[in-house]
Amino acid sequence: MKEPKDTRVVVGMSGGVDSSVSALMLKEQGYDVVGIFMKNWDDTDENGVCTATEDYEDVIRVCNQLDIPYYAVNFEKQYWDKVFTYFLDEYKAGRTPNPDVMCNKEIKFKAFMDHALALGADYLATGHYAQVREVDGTFEMLRGVDNNKDQTYFLNQLSQDVLSKVMFPLGHLEKKEVRRLAEEAGLATAKKKDSTGICFIGERNFKEFLSEYIPAQPGTMQTLDGEVKGEHDGLMYYTLGQRQGLGIGGAGEPWFVVGKNVEDNVLYVGQGYHHEALYSEGLIAVEANWTSGKAPEGSFECTAKFRYRQDDSKVTVTPGADGTYLVTFHERERAVTPGQAVVFYHREVCLGGATIDKVVKENKSLDYVG
Amino acid sequence: MDSIYLDHAAATPIHPEVIDVITTVSKETFGNPSSVHLYGRKSRKLLDEARRTVAESINADDKEIIFTSGGTEADNLAIIGTAMANQHKGRHIITTRIEHHASLHAAEYLEHQGFEVDYLPVYENGRVKLEDLKRLLREDTILVSVMMVNNETGVIQPIQELSELTRDHQACFHSDIVQAFGLYEIDTQKLPVDLLAVSSHKISGPKGTGFLYMREGTALQALQHGGEQERKRRAGTENVPSVAGFEKAVKIMGEVREEKLKAYQRYRDTFLKTLQDEAVNFSINGVKEMSAPSIINLSFPGMNVETLLTNFDLSGIAASSGSACTAGSVEPSHVLSEMYGTEDERTTNSIRFSFGMANHEEQMVESGRRISQIIRRLS
Repeated sequence: MKEPKDTRVVVGMSGGVDSSVSALMLKEQGYDVVGIFMKNWDDTDENGVCTATEDYEDVIRVCNQLDIPYYAVNFEKQYWDKVFTYFLDEYKAGRTPNPDVMCNKEIKFKAFMDHALALGADYLATGHYAQVREVDGTFEMLRGVDNNKDQTYFLNQLSQDVLSKVMFPLGHLEKKEVRRLAEEAGLATAKKKDSTGICFIGERNFKEFLSEYIPAQPGTMQTLDGEVKGEHDGLMYYTLGQRQGLGIGGAGEPWFVVGKNVEDNVLYVGQGYHHEALYSEGLIAVEANWTSGKAPEGSFECTAKFRYRQDDSKVTVTPGADGTYLVTFHERERAVTPGQAVVFYHREVCLGGATIDKVVKENKSLDYVG
Repeated sequence: MDSIYLDHAAATPIHPEVIDVITTVSKETFGNPSSVHLYGRKSRKLLDEARRTVAESINADDKEIIFTSGGTEADNLAIIGTAMANQHKGRHIITTRIEHHASLHAAEYLEHQGFEVDYLPVYENGRVKLEDLKRLLREDTILVSVMMVNNETGVIQPIQELSELTRDHQACFHSDIVQAFGLYEIDTQKLPVDLLAVSSHKISGPKGTGFLYMREGTALQALQHGGEQERKRRAGTENVPSVAGFEKAVKIMGEVREEKLKAYQRYRDTFLKTLQDEAVNFSINGVKEMSAPSIINLSFPGMNVETLLTNFDLSGIAASSGSACTAGSVEPSHVLSEMYGTEDERTTNSIRFSFGMANHEEQMVESGRRISQIIRRLS
């Protein structure tokens, strides 16, 4: 085992408080820390201003405070090819993609990891709320201690190889502790607001953004029984279980999106938060990753999340013949959405995850959910 | 590990004697050169002496020197200032796409203002051709701007021949000589140019200072308004300590110019030989024989600029490439894009090494070795 001073750790720095504190902690532990800013998206506006500039300025300020070298690296092309193209394709297919999962898989822990290794790094560190533990030569990914910030949902595609080379210095901390450390050290980013939303969209209007890339095709909004309730602005603007923006008035309970028919460009709506059509009993998952590096051979019980920040639900996972997995819910779930990730846990250990491809009810996959 | 500085085209170490002058002047001569008292006169005297030294260094007259905040301001003043003053004679400008951004973006600004700008083609050897200027020159051309030594490749343009073409033409000829000044003899009595831009911090002088040479009789509109300094061509209290330091740098440079030229040639050749001996796969961008020895631009096939530069820095080698965007990442070089086309991989795998006063010969072998180790590891 190398001494910290001989161990080079490249820290992916976004200009936010989390990655700043990661760098701070590693520096205090005596590592040879190098800060690197990733530029994945060009959002330069007509005045030549881009948000990446502001973020990079913060990276410079923090790195100078910590007295560590800083650099930038451009992955715009890789991001476009691997993440943004996928993002658009999924919307075109009527699904709800998860670009953060894809970004972690293809950019942060692949292209960026390769870059870090090319710089002679022993480890890549980020400001994610997750933990890595080595047990008998196998690396396990554990949830972050701060239950509210745990980011293993987004990290479900990490492999053994990646886990053996990552450090998540914040995994055992609460967010408020991270802020406190930043303030104590007087870091320039101590009071910086957390970023929200998808990184390349930022604070902008999601609908407007999407319409710049995919032509909107308005169509019919109807109940599953075929009763027309109005027009929708384009299927990509709606996700399962959504209530806002439907514009259906009248008496009774509020209306929700319960499904999509991409072929006929129809949006299905139903009345009531607990509308029967929103409930399912299982799902078919594809593109699974098991963090242990070993796929399960038989069916097993564990817990799962179908979206970020949801409580775990009990499920049974059964491997299929063709690399797919049938995930059956012990209790019915509301608004499980194709395109999103299903992530599996055994207590605190994140076992891995997969993409939700189909939603199942009464042993049939529901074609109306897209 | 000792760090080795190979980025003299970006900035040079300030000569110790220059630092002494700046310190002394800062301590002893604080008056405003425009003031009508003893303190002002003392400052004015230093300014006039500096102006004379600088003018003599290019065989020009004192009146033809405008002190500026550096090369960028000198280029802007030359290009925008003369275009504005001469627009009644025409609105056509000729330049190249390999100019320093100080010139290129000034020309693009004029394009937005309704001027018509033609760009001389730049060939694979990094040079422009006389016949292209002949072809593009029109009756209503008011300005031709071509740099002397390219800051990325070191390639030298045929300024003498190019500027001869505008000798009997209404167009002003401007040349950014920031990378040439201090290495090559510049004589405004022989070179028929009207405007020359120079920066102090490229010749071991302080940052924030430079000058524009403007041939007597050239029309120029000031870009900065205020007091009547610099014969009303550049308002603002002169930076006397820096100008005095700049003067000192010009004097020293005059004494060591030829020696430096030979030394940099040796540095470059030793550096290249080390890379060859270490069997590094590289090619030279531009043509060595047509370039200033202080700059060499190398392409490393299969490599990537950002990975190379970061690795170099982490191994104590300071070099550079093209220009960085505001978010820090390296943009493909606009100079190499113009020479080779935007799709050519040389635009994204090339590094500029520039030699100067901070170097000695052993560093060339040492840096060549460190670089070859990195390339081997990345291959």
